[in-house]
Amino acid sequence: MSGRRRTLEALSFELVMTVIAVIALIIIIAPSLVVVIVSFTSGFSLRFPPPGYSLRWYAELWNAWQLHFAAKNSLIVAFWATGLSVVLGVAAALAISRSRTLSARLLDSLFMSPLVLPALAFGLAALMLFSLVGLPVSPLTLVIGHTVVCVPYVVRNTVAALAQLEPTLLESSAVLGASRLYTFRRIVLPLIRPGIIAGAFIAFMSSFDNVPVSLFLRDAATDMLPIRMWQDLEGKLDVTIAALSGVLIIATVALVAVMERVTGLSRRLTN
Amino acid sequence: MGTAPASRDVTSYGMGLAAPLALFFLLFFVAPLLQLFWLSLHNDTAGLHWGLGQYLHFLTDPFSLGVLGSTLLLGAEVTAVCLVLGFPIAWLYQRVGPKLQTIIILIVLLPLLTSVVVRTFAWIVILGRQGIINATLQSLGIIDTPLKLLYTQFGVVIALAQVQMPLMTLPLITALGRIEPNLDDASCSLGAGSWRTFFRVVLPLSLPGVIAGCTLTYAAAITAFITLSLVGGGQMLFMPMYLYQQASTLQNWPFAAAISIIFLLAVLAVVSVFTTLGRLSRGHGGA
Repeated sequence: MSGRRRTLEALSFELVMTVIAVIALIIIIAPSLVVVIVSFTSGFSLRFPPPGYSLRWYAELWNAWQLHFAAKNSLIVAFWATGLSVVLGVAAALAISRSRTLSARLLDSLFMSPLVLPALAFGLAALMLFSLVGLPVSPLTLVIGHTVVCVPYVVRNTVAALAQLEPTLLESSAVLGASRLYTFRRIVLPLIRPGIIAGAFIAFMSSFDNVPVSLFLRDAATDMLPIRMWQDLEGKLDVTIAALSGVLIIATVALVAVMERVTGLSRRLTN
Repeated sequence: MGTAPASRDVTSYGMGLAAPLALFFLLFFVAPLLQLFWLSLHNDTAGLHWGLGQYLHFLTDPFSLGVLGSTLLLGAEVTAVCLVLGFPIAWLYQRVGPKLQTIIILIVLLPLLTSVVVRTFAWIVILGRQGIINATLQSLGIIDTPLKLLYTQFGVVIALAQVQMPLMTLPLITALGRIEPNLDDASCSLGAGSWRTFFRVVLPLSLPGVIAGCTLTYAAAITAFITLSLVGGGQMLFMPMYLYQQASTLQNWPFAAAISIIFLLAVLAVVSVFTTLGRLSRGHGGA
C-alpha cells in the first residue's frame, strides 16, 4: 500500500517536472519559429498564421539599402572587436588562469565585470569620455566600446580551456628540452584552440547584437543593424524586419551547428 | 639554461601578459566610469558647480524613485519566472540520453545567440492585438475584443523571461550535473518521497547554480533596453529608457550620469546580496 503511494508520488513529481520542462522548452523555441513562419507571409501584416506564403519580403530585403549599410557596419565592428578581444583576452587568460595570487583574482573580477554592470551606463560613460578627449564617434570608438563588453567571453572560455590542460604535459615538454614558446605553440595552443574559438564566436555574436554600447557610440554615418531594426520597429511593424529576422535566425542556427562541430560548444557552456 | 628554469613553474605564465588588457580596461572602462561619477557630482549641465544636486533630485523625486522601484521589482519577477521554468529543464537534462541532452542544450543556447531585437520582435507578433494569443482566444470564442497584452507588465515579464532563460538554465544544468546521483537514490530508499527529496536534497545542493543563474538573469533583465522599450512601450518607464531619455533626448548629462551611478549601485547591491548568499550556500553544501 505504502509502496504504491510512493510510486504514485514519484510519478506525480516526474510528471509535473517533465510537463513544466517541455512547456519551458516550447516557450524558448516558439518565438523564433513564429518569426520564421511569419517572414514568409504573402500579406502586408504580421498576422499569424499568414494568409498565404511567398518570398516577397525576402525580395524586398534585397533592396533595403539602409539595412545593408547597417549590417555592413555591424559586421566590420564585430570583426575588429572580436580580433582585439582575442589578442587581449587570450594573453590575459594565460596570465591569470593558473595564478592564485590576489592580483590575479582582482584582475579576473575586473575583466568579468562588464558582464554584470549595466552596459547602458558604460555606453554613456564611454561617450562622455570620448567627447571629453575630443574623439568623435566613429567605427573606432565603437570597436573600443564593443571590445570592453565582449572580451569577458574570450577570457572566460580561454581560462576554462586552460584549467582543463594537464600540467604534466607542459612539464614533460619542458623536461624534454622544449622552450616555453615552443611548448606554447605546439602543445598549449592546439589544446586550448577550441576554447578560444568558442569564446571568439560568442564575442562576435554579442558584438553583432550589441545595443546598449552602440546606442551612444554610433551616429548616422555608423548606423548599426540592431539599432536600425529597433528604430524601424518603433515606427511601424515592418514585415521586411520579419524577413531580416528570418535570415538572422537561419544564419545563427547554421553558425551554432558549425561551432558545435568545431568546438563542442554545448558541453563547453555547461562545464 | 642555467639551474633557474628548474625551479620556475613551467605551467604558469607571467602576470605581464595581463598588462595589455589591464591597461585597455583602465583607459576605456575604469576611466569612463570615474568620469561618469565625477560628472554626476555637478549641479549644472555645464559641469562647473560641484554638488549633490543630481542625487538629491533623484532621491526626492517620487517619479524617479518609482522608475527605480518598478525596475528592481521587474527584475525579481523575471528572475522568479526563469527559475520556475528553467529548473525543470535542467532536471530533465540529467534524466535523458546524450542525444536529447545535446538537443536540449541547443534549444536553450540558440536564443542566447540570436539577436535580441529578433527575439523581442517575435513577442510583438505573439502578444499584439492581432497576435497569436488574441487570434486564438477570439477564434475559440473566449473573448470578444482583443486583450491588451503588449505594453503591459505581464507582456514585459513573459518576453524578458524568454529572452533571459538561457542565462538561468545553463548554470543550473552545470550545478545539477555536479550532484552525486547516489544521493537521490539514498534519500528515496530512506523513505523520503520524490518531492521531499527534491526540496530537501536536490534544491539545496544546487544552490550555487541557482544563485549564479539568478545573478545573471537579474542583471540582464533590468538592463534589457530593447525588450523593455519595444514590449513595454511608452507608457511604462524603466531605468534604461529613463537614462537614455535624459542623456540623448534632453542632453541632461549630469542627471543621466547620476541615474547611471544609482542604477550601477543598485545592480551591484543586488549582485553582492546574491554573491553573499552563494558563499553561505557553498559553506552549507560543503558541511
